[in-house]
Amino acid sequence: MKETMLKSAVCGMALLALPLTASAQEAELVINGEIEVTTEAPAADHMDYIRTVRSGWTFRTGETQALQMDDFDNPGMLYVEQAMSVWNTAEGEAGESCASCHGAPEDMADVRPTLPKWNEEAGEVWTAEMYINDCRENRMQAEAWDWNSQPMRNMTALLSSVSRGMPIDVQIDGPARETWELGKEIYYTRYGQLELSCANCHEDNYDNLIRADHLSQGQSNGFPTYRLKNANIVSLHNRFRGCIRDTRGEPFALGSPEFIALELYVASRGLGLDVEGPAVRN
Amino acid sequence: MKRTVAIAAGLAIGAGAAFAEEVAPGDVVFGEYGSVEQSLTGVPGDPVAGEALMVNRGKGNCISCHEVTALMEHPFHGEVGPILDGAADRWTEADLRGMIVNAKMTFPGTIMPAFYKVDGFIRPGDAFTSRPAPADLPPLLTAQEIEDVVAYLMTLSDG
Ligand code: HEC
Ligand code: HEC
Repeated sequence: MKETMLKSAVCGMALLALPLTASAQEAELVINGEIEVTTEAPAADHMDYIRTVRSGWTFRTGETQALQMDDFDNPGMLYVEQAMSVWNTAEGEAGESCASCHGAPEDMADVRPTLPKWNEEAGEVWTAEMYINDCRENRMQAEAWDWNSQPMRNMTALLSSVSRGMPIDVQIDGPARETWELGKEIYYTRYGQLELSCANCHEDNYDNLIRADHLSQGQSNGFPTYRLKNANIVSLHNRFRGCIRDTRGEPFALGSPEFIALELYVASRGLGLDVEGPAVRN
Repeated sequence: MKRTVAIAAGLAIGAGAAFAEEVAPGDVVFGEYGSVEQSLTGVPGDPVAGEALMVNRGKGNCISCHEVTALMEHPFHGEVGPILDGAADRWTEADLRGMIVNAKMTFPGTIMPAFYKVDGFIRPGDAFTSRPAPADLPPLLTAQEIEDVVAYLMTLSDG
């Protein structure tokens, strides 16, 4: 009902005057009637300009929100299912599957909330993609997946899905600090011919419309997200790439040190929120 | 081509519309509060062309951030910047020209892009292709397009 109201508002001229999220902000995200997800929380201490953090879910229309509330309706879960069968399939010279070392995907529930994180042995911050490829190459003796390949996105979606409802838990002190600082610097840098930083859109203007887009806080807790526009799940670095492209800028590469640092920093801006990937976004 | 433009700009200062020569992006003279007195071309702006630029995504795309009541037949006005209704009552033509050329001279640190600027960017791209910008990156709007947008803004009067 609220949805139809919104729709007619979009068609009419009254668009700007209407509080687009009035219904959204009051709603609560409970998935499958059992997984409660925190979508709004007091911001972490390191956040200087935002007092309340909000998941991208709170900025979407009721219709899009509803798709995420039931796994049968969430198209992202189809990719999770694909990853499930890969999880259990032996591949590579070593004859191992993910399952032979890790058991059930649910046994990995503690992982996604902490990512990206400092990898002591490698001496750098690692994302889910890097851990996955390390297992594939060194433990399974299988080929690495490209950062943005379908199987990679599917597998990160599986890892995320088992952690839904668990609080984001990234470490920003200790050895990861330097990477975090770099990510912060990138977040506030004004890129491209339009000279726009992440903060210009997602800190100074969240909740405002920019053309037809209702700006969110640009949180990463829903990644990989299923995007209706793409009819597929998209990786976080691909989203970063699109946002910098939209500044008439030259984005960094997927998997680049810059985007890994940005991933850590953006994750830390979501401290207080829960993991909800694969989320549904437009 | 940059050289000739620069020379022409030098000549045109103070000469008014007599010299129909362009002021290059690097040669625009700003007043203390960011206004630009001199026309960039000496050719009067066309408000009808300006209106088209205001709503064109690949050009001014002004309504992505601003609401303008007179442009309501075009869908999706943003709310990042102030409503532009009555802009001509609040600002002079020189103020408005300065704001479109480089709004950061009027509003330091503003999110509003500079439409007549070609350098000083960080990782500029070739439009929305994700590729690096060419060495001779054109400004977002040409000198005459700036004049057209200013002419359109001058029609936004409540009085
Ligand atoms: C020109 C404005 C603009 C800039 C600059 C920008 N973004 Fe975005 N971003 C958007 C829009 C529009 C969306 C889609 C709607 C939304 O979720 O805000 C989006 C979405 C996102 C999302 C997805 C949020 C979700 O819940 O699915 C993330 C993450 C994000 N941006 C991060 C960033 C980062 C990091 C930067 C800087 C590198 C950045 N953005 C720069 C406009 C921008
Ligand atoms: C990315 C957002 C953005 C875009 C695009 C943009 N503006 Fe703005 N504009 C702003 C903001 C924000 C302000 C308020 C100044 C400030 O930052 O305090 C502003 C201020 C103005 C003002 C003065 C407002 C008043 O009425 O007092 C005018 C006039 C104006 N813009 C015209 C334009 C025109 C014309 C275009 C396109 C050629 C344009 N803007 C594109 C964001 C934008």
